[in-house]
Amino acid sequence: MEQLVPLLVALPLGAAFLIVMIAHAGPLKRLTTPLAVLAVLVNLLIAGRLLWAGALHVYVGGWGQGQTLGIELVCDGLSKLMLIVINFVALASIIFATQYMRRFTKVWLFDALFLLMTGAMSAVVLAGDMFNLFVFLEVAAIASYALVAFGCESEELEAAFKYLILGTVGSAFILLGVTILYSLTGHLNMAKISEALRTIGPDSPGVLLGGAAIIAGLALKAAMVPFHAWLPDAHPSAPAPISAMLSGVLIKASGVYALARVVFGVLGVSPYYANILIAMGLLSMVLGMFLAIGQWDFKRLLAYSSISQVGYVVLALGVAAEAMSRAAPDRTVAALCLFGGLFHLFNHATFKSLLFLASGSIEQQAHTRLLKEMGGLSRRMPVTSFCCRIGALSISGVPPFNGFFSKLIIIIALVLSGHNVLAAVGIGVAVGTLLMYIKVQRYVLEGEPSDAVAAAREAPAGMCIALVLLTIVCICAGLALVPLRDLLFTPAGEALLGALP
Amino acid sequence: MSQPGMTIIVKNTTRIIAGFIALFGVYIALTGHLSPGGGFAGGVILAAAAVLVVLAFGSGFAGRIVNEPKCHIWDGTGAMGFLVVALCGYITGGFFVNFIPIGTAHHLLSGGMIPLANLAILLKVGAGLAGAFVALSAFKYGRPRSIRRVGREL
Repeated sequence: MEQLVPLLVALPLGAAFLIVMIAHAGPLKRLTTPLAVLAVLVNLLIAGRLLWAGALHVYVGGWGQGQTLGIELVCDGLSKLMLIVINFVALASIIFATQYMRRFTKVWLFDALFLLMTGAMSAVVLAGDMFNLFVFLEVAAIASYALVAFGCESEELEAAFKYLILGTVGSAFILLGVTILYSLTGHLNMAKISEALRTIGPDSPGVLLGGAAIIAGLALKAAMVPFHAWLPDAHPSAPAPISAMLSGVLIKASGVYALARVVFGVLGVSPYYANILIAMGLLSMVLGMFLAIGQWDFKRLLAYSSISQVGYVVLALGVAAEAMSRAAPDRTVAALCLFGGLFHLFNHATFKSLLFLASGSIEQQAHTRLLKEMGGLSRRMPVTSFCCRIGALSISGVPPFNGFFSKLIIIIALVLSGHNVLAAVGIGVAVGTLLMYIKVQRYVLEGEPSDAVAAAREAPAGMCIALVLLTIVCICAGLALVPLRDLLFTPAGEALLGALP
Repeated sequence: MSQPGMTIIVKNTTRIIAGFIALFGVYIALTGHLSPGGGFAGGVILAAAAVLVVLAFGSGFAGRIVNEPKCHIWDGTGAMGFLVVALCGYITGGFFVNFIPIGTAHHLLSGGMIPLANLAILLKVGAGLAGAFVALSAFKYGRPRSIRRVGREL
């Protein structure tokens, strides 16, 4: 079983390299897209198989547990949750891309970069040492810079350049933080850094500097306000399947997951980090919502809404850290916060990628991204519209869809931990989100069809399959709350809380 | 005198030394486990040979030797080779575990799988950097003519 873990990284990377090799080889080049779908599907199956294994520690290259050197891959509850999320969204996106990308040239390059990004994200969530985490954050980020620029229009190149510069600044901060922690402790392995930091003390200036640098870098990757400036340009500019991957999983794997892992697993919870997370989460929720409501570009609205929804997750993580950093740690409330936060992370991955894919279908048919120029699509594109509507209802927190349950759990956990004001803000932002998606439904799906959408037809079958796949998860995840909690979220929360003393 | 590229002096010099530069790159990679250097350094030197050819002869003519499809194929092959070396570790126990006898120290055939990994990195880095340069040399729009032809006017 342990031998399967490195394959999660090796398989997508290998498929990406193979695609580059066969791309110029005559008839073989038709195989690139099926190969990409197959690689992601097998990866999802491996990730699903690992769910029933315990926490696995794999020492790559035969280095043992006692040694300081060597790469460790950790596949615990949180990694498994993230692997399922990454590979599931990747599967839906690549199925969607088989049809959607036909109007682009060099689809093989898209497939290769897509697999590179998927493999790198899988490696990020498996990394057991800080340097490996940094390296794969960079691999995923570099693949995503290229993918944002894939259309090669001036707007896309500008967005990609902005993303490249800000992403590199973020990476530099992360590397600086890792270097500081390494110089203080002499370790790169997360568990060993954490052990060593306990003897140094979390309040020493060096540790705080290192922690601040890492958190700033990761917050930039997660597009938390005030580090969010790149996201509303980068995410809408990419092709729709990539927008779905970026908003659905990349900001979570390389931002939120890494933040959670570093704060809980390496730095150890302290009021400083908890308050920073709470403040960033709160700011992102509120500002992201207000910025999103004012947008008239469909994909830009979705991008701002990602900032707002990821704010919920970070807020829940922050409150969990705060509950654990009290004089008398409240483990029950922290576990509930983490459950809510991680469940919202899972849900946001499904409905935001669903909405981005739907926006891609709609853009392809309506030839516009502006809400005011659309209208009446519910009759012209019934399947896409139905899926889009389910996604919009889920993200706005309408029962019985999954977004309702995760927001409810987060708000209950906020009240239980004594943060009544935060809970009230959470409810307010949920109402704002509902408003913003009523606007989407009103302008995109309802009303009289405009001239632009007069010729709109239903999207091809492959694109609809991807949308339906995600819609089913949106509907079922809310109803299958309890089995999912036992299978995915409780082990994931335990993996974070178990790392604390 | 409308040939692309630089003067005949540069071309002849390149013709003589480019092969040696490439050979030196391969040498650096092959002895990477014995002396300073390795796959990356060797790959950079190998790519430098390709860059020299493109600079001296112009990207049009040099495209017969160094072009985008070739760079893609060798780049993919190098990366794949590295991955295959890593996956072969499963024969003896796990990912990236050595599967070749280690041999005597300071001999060329020693170091287990490290020479193989170095060769794969040589291909990957060499083709990757050469490909990046070829891609850059393809974009020459938006510059004044005088700057574009500066190599030949000298």
